[in-house]
Amino acid sequence: MNPTATAARRAIHPPRAPDSPFPYNPGSLLSASDLGLDEISHILARATALENQDPLTRDRILAKRRVALLFYESSTRTRTSFELAAKALGADTTLVSSLSSSIEKGETLKDTGLTLRALGAEAIILRHNSSGAPWLLEAETRLPVLNAGDGMHEHPTQALLDLRTLLAHLDPATKTCIPERTKKPVILSGAHFSEVEGPASPTSAQHTIHQVTAETLAGVTLTIVGDILHSRVARSNMLLLPRLGARVLLCGPKELLPELAAHAGPGIEIERNFEAALRQSQAVMMLRIQAERLAGLQLDLEEYKATYQLTGQRLATQAPNAIVMHPGPIIRGLEVTAGVADGPQSVILEQVCNGVAIRMAVLERALPATHAQGGRA
Amino acid sequence: MTALVIRGGHLIDPAAGVDGLKDLLLKDGRVAEIASPGKLKQANGAAGAEVLDATGLTIAPGLVDIHVHLREPGQGYKETIATGTASAAAGGFTSVAAMPNTRPVNDSPEITRWMQAPERAAAIRVFPIAAATRGSKGEAINDYAALKSAGAVAVTDDGYPILKDNIMRETLAAAARVGLSVIQHAEDTRLTQGASMNAGPTAFRLGLRGMTGEAESGIVERDIRLVTELRDARIHLHVAHTSTAAALAAVRQARRSGLRVTCEVAPHHFLLTEEHVGQYNTNAKMNPPLRSSADRDAMIEAILDGVVDAIATDHAPHAIHEKEVEFENAPNGITGLETALGLSIRWLHKEWKLPLGRVLSLLSAQPAALLNLKGRGTLTVGSFADVVVFDPKAEWIYIARETKSKSRNTPFDGWTMQGKVRWTISEGRIAYANT
Repeated sequence: MNPTATAARRAIHPPRAPDSPFPYNPGSLLSASDLGLDEISHILARATALENQDPLTRDRILAKRRVALLFYESSTRTRTSFELAAKALGADTTLVSSLSSSIEKGETLKDTGLTLRALGAEAIILRHNSSGAPWLLEAETRLPVLNAGDGMHEHPTQALLDLRTLLAHLDPATKTCIPERTKKPVILSGAHFSEVEGPASPTSAQHTIHQVTAETLAGVTLTIVGDILHSRVARSNMLLLPRLGARVLLCGPKELLPELAAHAGPGIEIERNFEAALRQSQAVMMLRIQAERLAGLQLDLEEYKATYQLTGQRLATQAPNAIVMHPGPIIRGLEVTAGVADGPQSVILEQVCNGVAIRMAVLERALPATHAQGGRA
Repeated sequence: MTALVIRGGHLIDPAAGVDGLKDLLLKDGRVAEIASPGKLKQANGAAGAEVLDATGLTIAPGLVDIHVHLREPGQGYKETIATGTASAAAGGFTSVAAMPNTRPVNDSPEITRWMQAPERAAAIRVFPIAAATRGSKGEAINDYAALKSAGAVAVTDDGYPILKDNIMRETLAAAARVGLSVIQHAEDTRLTQGASMNAGPTAFRLGLRGMTGEAESGIVERDIRLVTELRDARIHLHVAHTSTAAALAAVRQARRSGLRVTCEVAPHHFLLTEEHVGQYNTNAKMNPPLRSSADRDAMIEAILDGVVDAIATDHAPHAIHEKEVEFENAPNGITGLETALGLSIRWLHKEWKLPLGRVLSLLSAQPAALLNLKGRGTLTVGSFADVVVFDPKAEWIYIARETKSKSRNTPFDGWTMQGKVRWTISEGRIAYANT
């Protein structure tokens, strides 16, 4: 048989993979790639507006609406900030975690989701150890599902808060980052409002870009370092930032950073030499080695530290103007030194703070005012 | 026993080289006569026989699937021998070879006989494939002579590949001595721990651990090396559900060296790719997994150029609740008996121009020959009256919830099929009719 004829024949119409039916609910946030640039801009703008709004009017936005936090994995930052964000908008929250619920007795994710819906939950925030779990939950409940981290897959609100952090430090003119710009107090209560709302200073968040385009981050290089393979934070950032023009460099050893990671999307490259990556970066995002997901993988931690730890020395010589990010939790002395974590280039706690603002905006998007609630909003 | 006449149809019997209008007389479970239209001899018993009008339809040997999971004994909630064979009959199959990964594992003559007992109420013929090793644990080989006389047609540890060289060597040699084929599910499970789809960019993007192609081809290459070393012409190694270009290349090479190494390909592996996993569709999760488009293309290529010996479904029913879970936690496998013919005609024949006779051969004559199922896969006088009558032009939509199987875990729900089964006749008895 003539092989070229064969090839030509089958090229006609191979069966096509069906289009994704997700998200079923327009309020869901499952993947960073679900959001168009308009939606990203909207979320960024609302995050700032909500952050600056009087808490006494803000808490009417989702007054008494029921939001469930369903957590199959331990979490400090994500869980607390989602909860604070929901409460800041007036919602009632309830936490279901795998260790103190019927999940321990063998109840499935489907049944847990249907139970929460029957209890009146209008949205579910899900953290799960299995990649893809939020898709299952959304398909079964059809509620707005907010992905708060699924296995090794995605963590879209983390990518949004990282973007907010990055934009706050970006000088749009020079496409450089200014570490000391917009160091603002961590705002968790209304007490700080008057300070933030005060007269505009050149370093306040008012200069932050909210309207993003495909060019907003053109010329900006972000390096993500470490355990890329197991990182949902890396995946969501890799999907989000290049769409705004950023170049994402991935850096790490082969065991934690397979070559095919570069094919995950456009704008992603691999640079295994940490120093070389640092020299090109306006921002560097350090990742924790996820011991719980190594699955038997042997890693020489001393060698890892020697090659990939972000030390004061490396930072000062290779990237003295870059901002240092970390999604947390930090293992001090492993991926970063304490000096770098607490140092002037670190924006790690700002990331945490931005989490509340971003999650308020994402929750508001998830639960648009219904007719019944219209009068209260 | 009543006689049955099939009149007015177009008989395609690739093994016998027949392709033309023929009338058939089936009597006492066998083919009694084949004649030109209207020429059946009444004296043979055609008078008074029930007549099926097959005008405009194709008559072919009943289809043979050498790779199905009927789940009995032990997992009747997924499928029973009765429901699985009813599903097979609806798909045009008259013979299925049932894998031994039951509960308990079919590693004994007792279970082998139990599966064939009339009480199982099978709609068509079931040929058990027995476990190669005790409990399919890959440690101690079973008594193949006893299994063969109980009715086993091959041995395998399907799902639990034999990894140890010495055990595989012993299995090949012992099976050859009693004239049984050895079927290997080629997967180096040491390399696929915790993996739930094909290794590659899609798995990376979805955050899932991947099974590499080497985990499959490495075992195929190892097995072929063992066959080569054993130098016993009676050895038949059959590679189950081949899914990678590299494994096919190894089979192709072994065949050139004159070894009796054969392979099957499942419809999902010549039609779908890892992209069809979509957003964690557990009905696109099976083992071996859906591979890259290059692998898929290699399957098509190998079917068209004759390296592939058979199409087999790997029909693997699972209850709905078992698939409504996180992708990583879902069991492997999809159903396939009702879609194999419709997909094969729709794609291999209509789209990729494989002659209908060759499509049918891959679904009947060739698989029957692989497992030495005498009198099956062909319709000559004296052979079993296993017949499928179908409309080769009819297009139809497969609706999973209308399945005869107990399960409906298929990625082909809503797909367009070509070739609609009208009657399936098993040993002279109508096992399925859609009129």
